[in-house]
Amino acid sequence: MSIVTKVLMTGNAAIGEAAIRAGCQCYFGYPITPQNELTEHMAANLSRRKGCAFVQAESEIAAINMVYGASLAGVRVMTSSSSPGISLKQEGISYLAACELPAVIVNMSRGGPGLGSISASQSDYFQATRGGGHGDYRTPVLAPSSVQELADLTHRAFDLADKYLTPVLILGDGILGQMMEPVEFRHEAPEVPPVRSNALRGAKGRPSRIVKTFTSNPSTLEELNWSLFRRYQVIKQAEVTYDTFMVDDARLVVVAFGIAARIAKGAVKTARIEGLKVGLLRPVTLWPFPAAKIRKLAEDVKQFLVFEMNMGQMLEDVQLALEGSAEVSFYGRTGGVIPTPSEVLRVIARLYHQKGLHR
Amino acid sequence: MKKIYSRPKSLKKTAFHYCPGCGHSIIHRIMTELIDEMDLQDKIIGIPPPGCSVFAYNYFDIDMAESAHGRGAAVATGMKRAYPEGIIFTYQGDGDLAAIGTAETVHAANRGENITVIFVNNAVYGMTGGQMAPTTLVGQKTTTTPYGRDERMEGNALRISEMLALVKGVAYIERVAVNSPTNIRKAKKAIRKAFQAQIDGLGFSMVEVLSPCPTNWRMDEPEAWQWVSDVMAKEFPLGVLKDVTGESHAS
Amino acid sequence: MLVKTVFAGFGGQGVLSMGLNLTQAAMMEGKHVTYLPSYGAEVRGGTANCTVAVSNEEIASPVASSPEFVIAMNLPSLVRFQNQIESGGVLLFDASLVETEVSRGDIEVVGIPATDLANKIGSPKSANMVMLGAFIKKSNLVSLDSVIEGLKSTFKGKPDLVTINEQALRTGYDLL
Ligand SMILES: Cc1ncc(C[n+]2csc(CCOP(=O)(O)OP(=O)(O)O)c2C)c(N)n1
Ligand code: SF4
Repeated sequence: MSIVTKVLMTGNAAIGEAAIRAGCQCYFGYPITPQNELTEHMAANLSRRKGCAFVQAESEIAAINMVYGASLAGVRVMTSSSSPGISLKQEGISYLAACELPAVIVNMSRGGPGLGSISASQSDYFQATRGGGHGDYRTPVLAPSSVQELADLTHRAFDLADKYLTPVLILGDGILGQMMEPVEFRHEAPEVPPVRSNALRGAKGRPSRIVKTFTSNPSTLEELNWSLFRRYQVIKQAEVTYDTFMVDDARLVVVAFGIAARIAKGAVKTARIEGLKVGLLRPVTLWPFPAAKIRKLAEDVKQFLVFEMNMGQMLEDVQLALEGSAEVSFYGRTGGVIPTPSEVLRVIARLYHQKGLHR
Repeated sequence: MKKIYSRPKSLKKTAFHYCPGCGHSIIHRIMTELIDEMDLQDKIIGIPPPGCSVFAYNYFDIDMAESAHGRGAAVATGMKRAYPEGIIFTYQGDGDLAAIGTAETVHAANRGENITVIFVNNAVYGMTGGQMAPTTLVGQKTTTTPYGRDERMEGNALRISEMLALVKGVAYIERVAVNSPTNIRKAKKAIRKAFQAQIDGLGFSMVEVLSPCPTNWRMDEPEAWQWVSDVMAKEFPLGVLKDVTGESHAS
Repeated sequence: MLVKTVFAGFGGQGVLSMGLNLTQAAMMEGKHVTYLPSYGAEVRGGTANCTVAVSNEEIASPVASSPEFVIAMNLPSLVRFQNQIESGGVLLFDASLVETEVSRGDIEVVGIPATDLANKIGSPKSANMVMLGAFIKKSNLVSLDSVIEGLKSTFKGKPDLVTINEQALRTGYDLL
């Protein structure tokens, strides 16, 4: 009867709980599987808190624009959805980025394209890491791989959003959202969550303030783009996060994120037992991407295997990072298929032998 | 000499970019007068749309934030929920509110969001060059209805205020026009009432303003002003469509 | 050691709470554990299932393509999952509700008259707990005490329910 502080929760509920404890004051959502437990957690727990608000919006478009409104008013705010709904939010995310408004957006992604399936998938990687909507912007993207990490990264997402005045994406998937694991919350919700100092709350004791991007002067907009770009450079320097496992003597390094990284780790462990020198690199931030780390690894490792639950999206970031300095192979399952650790192990073992890494 | 014109405190000293005879200028003017008179300058926040009034923040000397096309009511919802003490209004064109943003408008009304909507109906998409709006009259020529709006193909002028008057969360809706001194006075009274409804926490309030767009109607100013009364107001009758403010005060 | 178990049956038979009770107990014993319910379209048509993975190491995947244990509370579940069980694995089913010939010789098949036993102790609704008790004995994944501790936290303030469920658990446990 050891660990009494842990509770059993679905990933979805854990995000909600972590958000409340991070001082999230407003949540706006719209039902879509597999993230409904998050909306429901907020309906049950956020709506009753003093000074907090929950609204089930009429659409994802409305929800993200409510997020925009609440962020303007200076509070910590979140929305969540799954792939098709995240597509609908893109215009709003672009506005948030442009107006330098913090917000946390959760994508518990599912099989696509189209209505796709409600099973877990990672096929929204491009959309998440390239900005997603129109215009020259990026958003930090955090990719947890356990319920505990969902909770921890939710906290970090709010902090990053406030620090860099940007929307931040949490990219999970149907399994992470639906599964339960023990989770520990390390923070208590603040009694009175703070209000951002540049909030739009009426021109009391200061000149009136405008939040906008639209301009008829291209050079004004270019200046905004430069200022965003400079901030993105800082984020790239300061916020890259990743996990490595047994890469020190590895001849083959698997690169995988989120739930796929977890599956890959299982495969890598078994490969090690079988004497194959295999390691794992798991990007935790998908943007900024740990490109420098990959390039560094390539000084010793000449064979990489990218494993994703899509047709090869992060693959392109790995290729860009390597700049041809090592060989990259890819294994992917898509459409909501959940690969098994032994399946990934087979791919690893085959590649390892094909490339003569055992010699 | 008696001072007959003084610039409202909450109206910035910038010349309007609107076309001569445009309703937007008049509406801005009476709204800023009201903001002064009701002492709202330090607590009111406005949400203008993409549309000819996208630069409204250059004129209103109050906190303002642009919204995505059609999403004013959602943005206002988020803002009001996060900051209930604020007085929040959206300022929306007919394309913005009655086409792309219909859902947000209807649902904000249905939730009884305690916000105020200023709905500027000029029967066209002004900013993008005079295309058909949902409120374009049958037979009216626009750049996308060059032969006149054909109700069999393009539907009828949509009466949003009448529709919203059926929604329970709505406290107050009135349709006014800004094409004559008398009508402008009535418009100002209506907007005052709408703001007051919000201050009193009564729910959703909206004022639809029939607003001349001489440029896209291809008319001179007097013609356009006349057209509002002679043609537009026939399809969109002026007057109060819903008002529960008195009832609530009594109870 | 990583052990994956699938609990399956009609919605209303308490298959999800079987899984949750096991998960809770494993967590209390400080083990690594994941619980994954079926969701969405999968649960239409009245059947439900969940997968519980228990291990003393990190768990790679919460999904079980070939579970070691399957607990089938009705015939459709038995039909669906019997071929997925890993060689050498165990199939437990409610013998009061399902009459069956399982064609595989490489798994152990255990029929538990869970519903009959539950009726006998006067709580027909706790057939799932009878089954869970038998499973705990068979698998030795967690201790019976932990499961009972878990029940106490699940049914906080409802001592009657704790008593009934504990009785049902012990009935199943003592059967094997
Ligand atoms: C998503 C999106 N689609 C289209 C536009 C282009 N657009 C800008 S304003 C506008 C309509 C303006 O018409 P209205 O709302 O009637 O306002 P007015 O200009 O007449 O005052 C459109 C279609 C846009 N900004 N965003
Ligand atoms: S185009 Fe019409 S609505 Fe736009 S500024 Fe000119 S007159 Fe006003």
